[in-house]
Amino acid sequence: MEAAAPIVNFTSLQKRYGGGPLVLDGLNLTVSPGDFVSFIGPSGCGKSTVLKIISGLSPGTVGQVTVLGTTPKQSRDRQAFIFQDATLLPWRTAQLNVELPLRLRGMAAAERAAKARQMLALVGLGGEGGFYPRQLSGGMKMRVSIARALALAPQLLLLDEPFGALDEMSRNRLNEELLALRRSSPFTAMFVTHSVAEAVFLSNRIMVMSVNPGRFHAEVRVDFPYPRLAGLRARPEFQARVNEVSRLLHEVEAPVYA
Amino acid sequence: MKKLPPLLVWGLPLLSGALFVALWYGVRAASGLQSWILPTPLEIMQAAWREQARLLAAAGHTAWGALGGFVLAAGLGFFTSLLLGVSKSLRAGLYPWLLVLQMTPVIVLTPIIMLWAGPGMPGIITITWLISYFPIVANMTQGLLSTDMNHVALFRMANASRLQEMLLLRVPSAMPYYLAGLRIAATLAPIGAIFGEYMVGNSSGGTGGLGFLVYSYNTQIKIPALFATALTSCLLGFIFVAAVSWLNWAVLHKWHDSFERNDH
Repeated sequence: MEAAAPIVNFTSLQKRYGGGPLVLDGLNLTVSPGDFVSFIGPSGCGKSTVLKIISGLSPGTVGQVTVLGTTPKQSRDRQAFIFQDATLLPWRTAQLNVELPLRLRGMAAAERAAKARQMLALVGLGGEGGFYPRQLSGGMKMRVSIARALALAPQLLLLDEPFGALDEMSRNRLNEELLALRRSSPFTAMFVTHSVAEAVFLSNRIMVMSVNPGRFHAEVRVDFPYPRLAGLRARPEFQARVNEVSRLLHEVEAPVYA
Repeated sequence: MKKLPPLLVWGLPLLSGALFVALWYGVRAASGLQSWILPTPLEIMQAAWREQARLLAAAGHTAWGALGGFVLAAGLGFFTSLLLGVSKSLRAGLYPWLLVLQMTPVIVLTPIIMLWAGPGMPGIITITWLISYFPIVANMTQGLLSTDMNHVALFRMANASRLQEMLLLRVPSAMPYYLAGLRIAATLAPIGAIFGEYMVGNSSGGTGGLGFLVYSYNTQIKIPALFATALTSCLLGFIFVAAVSWLNWAVLHKWHDSFERNDH
């Protein structure tokens, strides 16, 4: 594993928007193939900005960013992004939403229809392809979004708080499904979240960030072997990791001014 | 808010209409005004019956003028908005002139239009187009610029071309705006056509539309028939708005939130 070329690498990364304050400062990170890295920290710590820089949606201000051996923008066809809300196009059915990136890539109609059906079946929505987004629940919409992101078999999947709006049961369920999907289509993941339990369950590495400017405060390695199943959450060593990350988060929380 | 029972939805407008007619008769009786100043609703209906052939023919003529101007405005408005939506410099360069066009009273332009497009249908269609074009452009352009930023990011991430972004994302997401523009235009188009007929149609050999009838009945002091013309114009406007409402439903009801049923 150590010898493999890194999926993402950046050193001394800095970011500010326009003439605003420094959002990110002095970030160094190397993500190896197969990593599942979560970013957690107080609001405004710039964790979403890290994903935007890697996807090339927003350039870094200072520092070298290498993604899949090239620049963020040039590696886009091997990346996929899952947004905070499902960002489905409301005028397209679930099936046509999954087909969208395939169509933008110029895949033939029959081929992309078959691929989209296969992806929807993979996320448990084989019978729901004909529904419009507004007819689907929040969890179903997010599954369509995942199917759409994975349709092009990306090497790197960026997830920006994808399950933040869901109830805890749906969130846990989708966490388990996301890990299961990695067995059929192995991707390296970078995952932004506010939920400590979610980060511990999914990741092998958790980057705890501090705010003003955003820095990596600590890295926690989570070495439970994959595949991880729902039962893991009940185990004391899982709870110990959750407590450890929570303690680190308390360290970086802004002081309360009484 | 609770929905009104269907009986009231139909009953209340009928009731207010009946009250209005009663009030009309009351004013007529109390004031002693004569029929050629304030005809009664019955006299208006009788005039409409008497003049039905002329009114229908005129309404048909007006409908063609309104439809021609409306379709021209809908098509040109769509493409103008695409141009304005594509580039900031085009928008900055053209939008002020569209405003100038909109701000210039059509009545001032009418003699010029007549000079250039000629009397009759071409002039009428031009005037209708002028009146209904701007709301379409203003709405559609706003729609093209109001695309959800996350959707734009999704297209950028997929390395979509500008053309793909326009056709597969911006245009469909602007459809509710475009249709809102069309709805305003649908109320304006018959007005534009009637105004056009009134101004430029009366020299086209007496075969003009409702606007020409207004001119004709007015000079003959056929006031009940004038009221009947107003009623016919109103019906024509309703047909236009109903057609666009149907189009709006056909395009949006499957996916747009404005057609969301309140059952969850």
